[in-house]
Amino acid sequence: MSLIQATRIRGERLLQLIVSAPPFVFLLLFFLLPALIMVVASFRYPGEFGGLAPLFGDLPAGEKGLTLENYQIFFSDFIYAQIFLKSLGVAALTTLICLVMAYPVALLIARSPKKSRDLLVLLCVLPFASNFLVRVYAWMIILGPFDLLFSRFAVIVGMVYVHLPFMILPLYTNLEKHDPTLLDAAQDLGANAWNRFWKVTFPMSLPGIFSGSVLVFIPVLGMFAIPEILGGKDDWLVGNMIKEAFLGTRDWPFGSMLAMMLTVVVLGIAVLSTTFAKRRMRRA
Amino acid sequence: MRRSPLLWISSALVFAFLYIPLIVVVVFSFNNSKLNAEWVGFTFGWYYVLFNDAAMIQAALNSLIIAFVAATLATVLGTMAGIAMHRYRSRFLPFMTLTPLAMPEILLGVSLLIFFISVFGENALSLLTVIIAHTTFCIGFVAIVVRARLSGMDESIFEAARDLGATPWKTFRLVTFPMILPAVIAGALMSFTLSIDDFVITFFTAGAGVPTLPLTIYTMIKISVTPEVNALSTLMMLLTLFLIIVATRVAPDVLQKKQMVNDEAENRA
Repeated sequence: MSLIQATRIRGERLLQLIVSAPPFVFLLLFFLLPALIMVVASFRYPGEFGGLAPLFGDLPAGEKGLTLENYQIFFSDFIYAQIFLKSLGVAALTTLICLVMAYPVALLIARSPKKSRDLLVLLCVLPFASNFLVRVYAWMIILGPFDLLFSRFAVIVGMVYVHLPFMILPLYTNLEKHDPTLLDAAQDLGANAWNRFWKVTFPMSLPGIFSGSVLVFIPVLGMFAIPEILGGKDDWLVGNMIKEAFLGTRDWPFGSMLAMMLTVVVLGIAVLSTTFAKRRMRRA
Repeated sequence: MRRSPLLWISSALVFAFLYIPLIVVVVFSFNNSKLNAEWVGFTFGWYYVLFNDAAMIQAALNSLIIAFVAATLATVLGTMAGIAMHRYRSRFLPFMTLTPLAMPEILLGVSLLIFFISVFGENALSLLTVIIAHTTFCIGFVAIVVRARLSGMDESIFEAARDLGATPWKTFRLVTFPMILPAVIAGALMSFTLSIDDFVITFFTAGAGVPTLPLTIYTMIKISVTPEVNALSTLMMLLTLFLIIVATRVAPDVLQKKQMVNDEAENRA
């Protein structure tokens, strides 16, 4: 190995370190470490004035150290699991409505002339240039006079409104790739419009539906602002419980436990969806 | 191209659903009434109220400072992460940059809340904690855009630079950086927009002393709704709109940011 080569390899190694280390260290400190602290916090006792009780010190046993109590509370009363189920239900309904609303728009854009596609996509994204709270507030103004505010209906409307583009964009990206001659072939073989859609377009768009559904479902699951602003007390979801535990009752261990449960549910969904996507890909 | 009337009509309805609420907000910001209920008459009065609201000006300043610093930090760190992910196929970086984007925002918010207070004490929450929190979730967006740009480039350019005797630093400065610049600028604008609009993560990391614009909107919505909120909303819409238009001009990749996050997640799986 020549000297030049050796210096070059060393330079490359050094460069790799210079480039990788800063973001790595930053995220280690401010993403991974906080996440780990939260995992531990879910096994701790609440402090006397909120927050966390010390891990060590002069406190009597049962007030310091680690405990499974927070998880025991969760599993001892069905009310907590019920709120998780309600959140999953709201997320599923929101995803479904988003899908039904996004499909025609995505299809229209995908079948428009190339020149107008970008403009139409921009038109879909533009409303989301406004702040998230503004979009929720808009529905307060609209639903207020009709006496529809503070209801489950209002919550769903808000959820759909805020998350719709996350369904439109991946669906469009998928539909745009379809070969239009397939539909001609189907027509030549005698398929009517209904069959052309359900037997050609729809099955081919499943990966797009899938990506969009994950992008809608997961953020809805953790949402607290929309139920709080547009919903009534009955419409509280997991996010509201977590927020209340941290800022209301200030029982951080309990809040951390709820956050951990939410993480587990989200990870479960992620694993399920990727295995499903993989299986589909293998078949295709 | 098969675009049946049914497709047109249903799409038009969805577009109406998307736009009517925002039009209502903007229209009522000019309404000469304390209520957002019926049209009374035209006025700029709410904008006047807004600009004379000292608390609001402070909140706007906070938002701008946070967004500026967080976007700068995230752009530098995110560009590095994007290059590292593309060049060195690092295993941990994709996990660490992208997971915060794939999880519900509230999780990052509360974990940072616990972290800041248990490490830096009861009064830790400040402008700085919000900046750190925003940087954390913006890094991923910048990294994705930069990496997408890099993977679309011809590797032989870098080899050519090397063969012509350029040092790694020189290759970066004269070849790589100019080529990824549009993505870097797009990432910066995106980070700025995301930061200035963020509510959830700010809510948990800002404490009482650092009101930002979204936090102020939240308080106003919860306590007293006047068309001042509409006026503020309208102005914020204009600002974000402007940033988005600039960003799409610089790099069209921006439009598909969420999509890219998702593709990324699928590729990893």
